[in-house]
Amino acid sequence: MKKNSSVVVDLLLLLLAITVLATPAFSDLVLSKVERRIDVTSQIARVTKTLKVVNSGSESVSEFTLTFPKFLGNNLAYLSVSHSEGKGKAKRSLANLSVKEAHPKGMPDSISFYSVSLPKPLSKGDTLTLEVVAAFTNVLQPFPEKITQRDIHLVMLQESAQYLSPYVVESQSLSIKLPNARIESYSKLENTKVQGSEIKYGPYKNLAQYSYAPIVVHFESKAAFAVAEKLVREIEVSHWGNVQVTEHYNLVHRGAQLKGEFSRLEYQDRPNPQGVSAFRHLLARLPPRAHSIYYRDDIGNISTSQMQSDSKKTELLIEPRFPLFGGWKTFFTIGYGLPLSDFLFASEGKRFLDISFGSPMIDLVTEKLIVQVVLPEGSKDISVTTPFAVKQSHEIKYSHLDIAGRPVVVLEKNNVVPDHNQKIQVLATLQEVQNIIQKCLAAHDKLEASLRDLSRTGDIQTCKAARKSTDSLLKDLSKELRPLLASLQSFPSASQISPKVEELVAKERELQEKLMAKHTTVVEGYEKKSSGRDIENRIASQQQKIIALRQEVDDLLEFIDEI
Amino acid sequence: MTRPKSSTSPSRLCLLTVNKHHNEAGLVDAALIAICPGYISRSVAGSYDNEAVAIFALLLTFYLFVKAVNTGSLSWALGSAFGYFYMVSSWGGYVFIINLVFYFLDWMKYQLNDIKLFQTFLRINVTSAILVGGIALGVGTTSGYISPWTRRFYSLLDPLMQRITFPLLPLFLSISLRHDATIFIVMYGLTSLYFAGVMIRLILVATPAICLISAIAVSATVKHLTSLLRAEQKVPQTGSSKGPGSSKASSKVTLDPSQPFQRNGAIALLVGVFYLLTARGAHGNRIIFDDYCEAYYWLRQNTPTDAKVMSWWDYGYQITAMGNITVIVDNNTWNNTHIATVGRAMSSYEDEAYDIMRSLDVNYVLVVFGGVTGYSSDDINKFLWMVRIGGGVDPVIKEPDYLVNGELRVDKGASPKMLNCLMYKLCYYRFGELVTEYGSQPGTYDRARWVEIEKKYIKLKHLEEAYTTSNWIVRIYRVKPPTNRL
Repeated sequence: MKKNSSVVVDLLLLLLAITVLATPAFSDLVLSKVERRIDVTSQIARVTKTLKVVNSGSESVSEFTLTFPKFLGNNLAYLSVSHSEGKGKAKRSLANLSVKEAHPKGMPDSISFYSVSLPKPLSKGDTLTLEVVAAFTNVLQPFPEKITQRDIHLVMLQESAQYLSPYVVESQSLSIKLPNARIESYSKLENTKVQGSEIKYGPYKNLAQYSYAPIVVHFESKAAFAVAEKLVREIEVSHWGNVQVTEHYNLVHRGAQLKGEFSRLEYQDRPNPQGVSAFRHLLARLPPRAHSIYYRDDIGNISTSQMQSDSKKTELLIEPRFPLFGGWKTFFTIGYGLPLSDFLFASEGKRFLDISFGSPMIDLVTEKLIVQVVLPEGSKDISVTTPFAVKQSHEIKYSHLDIAGRPVVVLEKNNVVPDHNQKIQVLATLQEVQNIIQKCLAAHDKLEASLRDLSRTGDIQTCKAARKSTDSLLKDLSKELRPLLASLQSFPSASQISPKVEELVAKERELQEKLMAKHTTVVEGYEKKSSGRDIENRIASQQQKIIALRQEVDDLLEFIDEI
Repeated sequence: MTRPKSSTSPSRLCLLTVNKHHNEAGLVDAALIAICPGYISRSVAGSYDNEAVAIFALLLTFYLFVKAVNTGSLSWALGSAFGYFYMVSSWGGYVFIINLVFYFLDWMKYQLNDIKLFQTFLRINVTSAILVGGIALGVGTTSGYISPWTRRFYSLLDPLMQRITFPLLPLFLSISLRHDATIFIVMYGLTSLYFAGVMIRLILVATPAICLISAIAVSATVKHLTSLLRAEQKVPQTGSSKGPGSSKASSKVTLDPSQPFQRNGAIALLVGVFYLLTARGAHGNRIIFDDYCEAYYWLRQNTPTDAKVMSWWDYGYQITAMGNITVIVDNNTWNNTHIATVGRAMSSYEDEAYDIMRSLDVNYVLVVFGGVTGYSSDDINKFLWMVRIGGGVDPVIKEPDYLVNGELRVDKGASPKMLNCLMYKLCYYRFGELVTEYGSQPGTYDRARWVEIEKKYIKLKHLEEAYTTSNWIVRIYRVKPPTNRL
């Protein structure tokens, strides 16, 4: 009962705030049409809105303000705004727009504001269509809060039938998609229709700013209210071609709490099992080619899991040791290996690890997600790109036989929903190939210098010694180069760059040979005491080739740099 | 600290066997004890480390004792004495050693007097020991004093709770291989088997003995089989050694026709020894009963941190280690009164038990029930011990109240006290509504005892079902807070 009354207080406060709201503080935008769809078939409330924005004022506008009632805004887990162009089938979504939380002055606390930067200023009379996707957690409140095993699971959603907006709305409609047609109750306003498992409000015409019509929908939900209170994902990148993912779940059922007895008899009863509010399975959709999968907890292996895999995905169906009823908790660990070549891409001598951020579990809400990316020892210049804000820190992890320790990138984010399952990129520089070529070229220069010295001093022995040391240095460098080239070829994404690199290496080798030949000729000439002109004549053709090759090598290096 | 010690027992046992027999037997023995659940369940699952250590000490003592007997060296004897002292300080089961050693010493005395006399005496003794043991077991089983030789007994020997052949054959083999020290093994095996039959927990003591005897038998069998294999391999070799020629083919043809069969049979037997038997479900899937872990993990995750669990002491260590929850009694047996109090609560009517549980500040009660799966090592089969130990301290509990004609029954002939005690209620709560056999009346049939239970509808007043595992093996009840008195 407590929560219910607090809901009412929420609504009252909001209404109060809205009524005292002062004159319009926002620009002269008008929403000519608003369509809202709320999907509550899972534990997450997913709201999609199509807003048609018209600038009716005289000044061009570059910012748009989105508003949510505070009790929704506080539970906002994911928000993305994109703008679309065209109509009907030709309609296509364009890039996401940047959204940030705003705190305009003089506005009541009961409303959350988000400011959207428009792609280009909207001049007078222009229209723009915005697509908003928002996901809310914890807004489906179980009511009653405690149920017995035999009860069905009822939850409650509060919203406003009219779109809460700082702008005038000319026409708006709302549809709520429920998991099934069993609706306990819903607020009946004008123009309310129920079609199966869908409730429709509106259309409502010509609504003033901050129009608000509270509605409450009370319905049955069979969705799993699986919430990971804490999830630690460790992604360990190995030198040896493997990514090891280990995920520790602290799971809880956030639905209505179980009161009274748990009866195994009724739970197992056929054909009328009691206890629909519990869930017994979780489905994890792992990347394809996941291998060495395990599922265990503090006290040992859990034998109840099944795996199916095809070329597109690996599905792991896991069953906790016991069915989870409302309020029940469990902890477990799953782990799997992934082939590194599927996630690591190279460019510019840097390497990208492109891996999914959130949990692979379907419809799981994560309250606190910690992602630890453990990179190989010696990785440098680490940077992380995420499509949304995360808290970032760095650590060092010592594993077996480590000397310097492995750099760990720790990413933290609260309130994560499956919509956040986007790729994060971890970049590490390993510009070894280029470095080695540069070293080779430096060695060549040294060799040339020794020849010049020879012509000046005539000291054959020093020149020969220089030749010897260069020879061994070049040999070492080519040895170093070989594994690097092999690993470069193994990356599918490096297919573009690797032929160029190979060409570079081949050219460099040719250059080396020519240079050596030239060197030998010159030294021999000096030993035979030939005249300077004689030697020059002999090496003239070689010299031309060397210059041409050097040019090619430099060009290739530049080209690779640009990629 | 204790874990390495307990893990040394296999090696110690290996030594013991090697000392008496052959290296092969020692290896097989070490391998057997390393996987035998009767032993490893004590050292792994619930960290019953003091018992695992005790078994190590027991084997150490036996090893040194046998060594002392064989060599006649005083230092070995002293070592044995110290081993025994170690054993005494670690576990109450030391009484077993001292008795066994005394018996053996009796024989030794005779042996010292006259060898011939000793051998005849030995023969008489072994036969009579087996006879007396057999008769005692038979009488005990039929009278119900010794728990019946059901699957309950076998289940602890076998990892997958399936009936296996009782190692009578190995026993026979090792007796047939009889020499001085073997007598000791046979004595150890027989006596420990007897105790294990009387009290299931002592399977722990029997495990090394059975492993030892089995190892001797296995290694002897494998030896015979491999010698067959080797014999077969040698034949072609001799054939080719005759040198190249047309007679080579004919020499192969003249092979003993029975050889291929013997060879295949030998391979089949050798492989079959290690063949793992698993239970299969209706769809061919492997079924693993993991109810204990399920229950303990539920306790670990879904009870308040300060909650206390009352269960029979056998599960104490397991609950503490895997369930991470406080127990009233555990396998540490120093305080008999505590165990007796729990036994008394389990044997009392619900109201009386509630008062005891309130005084012990108990929040949950855990019982093990095999009636659905046929798991016979459950609390009803252990119940008589709860009555005995409970009655031993508090004479309010009287064993005859629970027995009918000296038998503990849950079917029609059960005593009224039995049908109304807490243990019965907790085990059979709502069991009466469950269909255990297809097409039969719901819940009438207890598969662990193969009887139809008498009281089918049970109401609980002070407790409520908190959790029952998927195969009903572990049932956990919540103790309700007292209602306000009006």
